[in-house]
Amino acid sequence: MKTMTKLWATVAICGAMLSSTAFADPHPDAELIIEGELHIATRAEPPEHLGGVLPEIYSGWLFRTDETRELQMDDFDNPGMLFAERGEDRWELAEGTANQSCADCHGDVESMAGVRAVMPKVNENGELWSMQNYINNCRTERMGADAWGWNSEPMKDVTSLISLQSRGMPVAVKIDGEAAEFWEKGREMYYTRFGQLELSCANCHEDNWGRMIRADHLSQGMSNGFPTYRLKNASIVPLHQRFRGCIRDTRGESFAEGSQEFRELELYVSSRGLGLPVEGISVRQ
Amino acid sequence: MTRRSLSAACAATAVIWGGATFAEISPADIVWEDEIAIPASLSGTPGDPVAGAVTVSSRSAGNCLSCHQNTAMPEHDFQGNIGPSLDGSGARWSEAELRGIVANAKRVFPESMMPVFYNDNPEDYIRPGEAYTARAYNPETFSTLLTAQQVEDVVAYLMTLTDW
Repeated sequence: MKTMTKLWATVAICGAMLSSTAFADPHPDAELIIEGELHIATRAEPPEHLGGVLPEIYSGWLFRTDETRELQMDDFDNPGMLFAERGEDRWELAEGTANQSCADCHGDVESMAGVRAVMPKVNENGELWSMQNYINNCRTERMGADAWGWNSEPMKDVTSLISLQSRGMPVAVKIDGEAAEFWEKGREMYYTRFGQLELSCANCHEDNWGRMIRADHLSQGMSNGFPTYRLKNASIVPLHQRFRGCIRDTRGESFAEGSQEFRELELYVSSRGLGLPVEGISVRQ
Repeated sequence: MTRRSLSAACAATAVIWGGATFAEISPADIVWEDEIAIPASLSGTPGDPVAGAVTVSSRSAGNCLSCHQNTAMPEHDFQGNIGPSLDGSGARWSEAELRGIVANAKRVFPESMMPVFYNDNPEDYIRPGEAYTARAYNPETFSTLLTAQQVEDVVAYLMTLTDW
């Protein structure tokens, strides 16, 4: 009996916490306006498939400090833009046995507008591919060049450049049809409690967003800002690298960047942010 | 009784007698009371609340403040608010209950986000890793998150938190 009374007291405390301001827009007055011109929505209606687990969906931008948020509002201050600039040079660079550049087939990089918004995407062979897979396929099959490493500098440069062409366009990944089975697996992974700390993505980003884990303000774990310039890494961080970091922090054995598992998780996580505009290249802590 | 079994019996007795000082209770041998409490010390050595405070606050040990606020430690910035405040834990719970919660909070709160701090069985986890390396665990070195003595120290510290 005594124990039950204590349990109820704890439940009451938890209830009080849940009804606090933890689950609210962290910066209700903040508006993401880049260069004083480009308005990017950081709040959206949650997609139907979430079944009401989030009242509204929020960009990770809203969970960061004033200083970090400001860095993303000016392209000159945004260190990620240097990667995209280098990407422009790489876009024009002829390579491989075919001596071809990206531009030789695709023309101006603006032709890539909308690509980032639908990644990852099922290819013509029924495989789920991330943007990196499509880029490497071009390199090895069309250019006769070496594939780039998932987290390599050239890959960061070119994915940053391509993502930038979709800035402001809502995330629009396809989750039905051929994508459905991948999406289901990604969903299952999202709710799996990995590692010795037994933590799932949902533990932090669905059940506790808005709360503090030490100095970190937990976001909803949206991926619309990726690739993101992470101040802590002083570099562009691809989404799979962030996934790896999260699983590492569960004292778990990670999957490899670019693995089938991470591409499925990428699809599911992207779909939680359906409707939020692509920010890539965002700036985070 | 043969000479051999006699010496075995003596050795067993010595272990029991010595247990108060030396024998550690392994995670698999914990005796639970009411499913959630552990009446017996895990290390056989009384907990040290001063050492316990270090384990509670240290990021490389218990890192309890990552998720729990604790008014008694104003010197530590960035206290989390994922779990309930530690304030008054010594008044709300008995020592045996606190030992149960620190060792395995999922016994009393099955859906809890709180890690199990005293379990050395990798089979109980999904893709357990080698500490924070993102690599697969090493069966030779996989261990509890806190030692038996660290659990005892943390419990002793929590027992001092009676104000709330």
